[in-house]
Amino acid sequence: MGTIVSIDVRTPLRPERLERAFAAAADALHDADATFSTYRADSWVSRIARREVTLAQGPAPVQEVYALAEQCRVRTGGAFDPAWRADGTLDPTGLVKGWAADRASDALTAAGAPDHCVNAAGDLRIRGSRAVGQPWRVGVADPLDATRLVAVVEGRDLAVATSGRAYQADHVVDPRSGRPAVALASVTVVGPDLTRADAYATAGLAAGRDAEALLVDLARDGWSWLVVAAGGAVRHSPGFPGRVAAAATTGPTWPTWP
Amino acid sequence: MSDHNPSRSPSRRAQLGFVAILGAVAVVVTAKAESGGASPAHSALSGSAATPEAAPSAGSGGSGSGSAAASPTPSVSSGASSGSTASSGVRSVTGDTIDTRYGPVQVRVVMRGTKITDVVAVQLPSARGRDLEINSFAVPELRQEVLDDQSAQIDTVSGASFTSDGYAQSVQSALDRARG
Repeated sequence: MGTIVSIDVRTPLRPERLERAFAAAADALHDADATFSTYRADSWVSRIARREVTLAQGPAPVQEVYALAEQCRVRTGGAFDPAWRADGTLDPTGLVKGWAADRASDALTAAGAPDHCVNAAGDLRIRGSRAVGQPWRVGVADPLDATRLVAVVEGRDLAVATSGRAYQADHVVDPRSGRPAVALASVTVVGPDLTRADAYATAGLAAGRDAEALLVDLARDGWSWLVVAAGGAVRHSPGFPGRVAAAATTGPTWPTWP
Repeated sequence: MSDHNPSRSPSRRAQLGFVAILGAVAVVVTAKAESGGASPAHSALSGSAATPEAAPSAGSGGSGSGSAAASPTPSVSSGASSGSTASSGVRSVTGDTIDTRYGPVQVRVVMRGTKITDVVAVQLPSARGRDLEINSFAVPELRQEVLDDQSAQIDTVSGASFTSDGYAQSVQSALDRARG
């Protein structure tokens, strides 16, 4: 896995305090790396996979992430399955990126920088405001035309996760069939934390034609969603927190819209 | 768009920092901070404090981007700034060429004094249709992240991740070069 996390702090801080806030966020990400990286032989995930240690022996964050992964699997009827590619060995890394971004966001808030956006390769955790009195404005990329947006989400304390096959072709497999998910171009889920938003967006994409039933069910718990079908049709939950284009590839060119 | 524009304030500027996690994950740090007292020079570059710690793990990661390629000829050019701010010249610093899974990425950072005024793509992957599509989006977005976003209505975009590793690394190397 190779990805990029960008952190945008808008809280007015003196440089030394800003630097401390960045360092705290970076520490949180480093900790997540040391604990969960499958590239590190000494990470807890690797040691658990080799059955050198049991999950019960792991520190609290490890147990939390594995528990969250299991909750997401159950909640999505198996469409998000942390174990699907590991031959029975649990692999929670599908959840870790969002979880790490949430922890970085917590660290920024604790360090006195409550107005920020943590962008983990296109999955976002936003808090506070972009400027005094203004909510953050998050574009949702059009999966069929990368120069355009299909929606603009506004909010002050939200997670926005988008899973799509436009940029990483066939990287989502339906764990129930083992085949690449193809019916949808992208699924965006908006809610209170990025850990679950990311898992649910992945599940929605994997579920393909069954995604809407799953997403409608998630909406009962307060999650908002937006789906772009492979043909360009856009559907979204009632009360989606922002403006939505009528169909993909019809929105004005980024970044002038709206 | 002109009704509110807080970032037009000259006291706002971008910070870039950059660490690696999760095998080969880079962190770009962008801040819009009031420059209450410290000099912009310190402010604009202090975000990279995490870099030394991060550099080793960036190289050992599993992604195709990996560590920076050998530095091409550094290009630092200076010129007089136009207009009244004679004391702070305009200069451009070219970053390293970074090999990504899509091909080489290299940027040039344009600075007025210590403030980043533009980021220009020097090299981008250009082979196939997918790459072009990726870059047509990634570059304006990342460029906007680096710049003082004076007119951006959108703060960020969900659902976009591509050549950004290479872009961030090249920007960082240019900033390191400008500082040194």
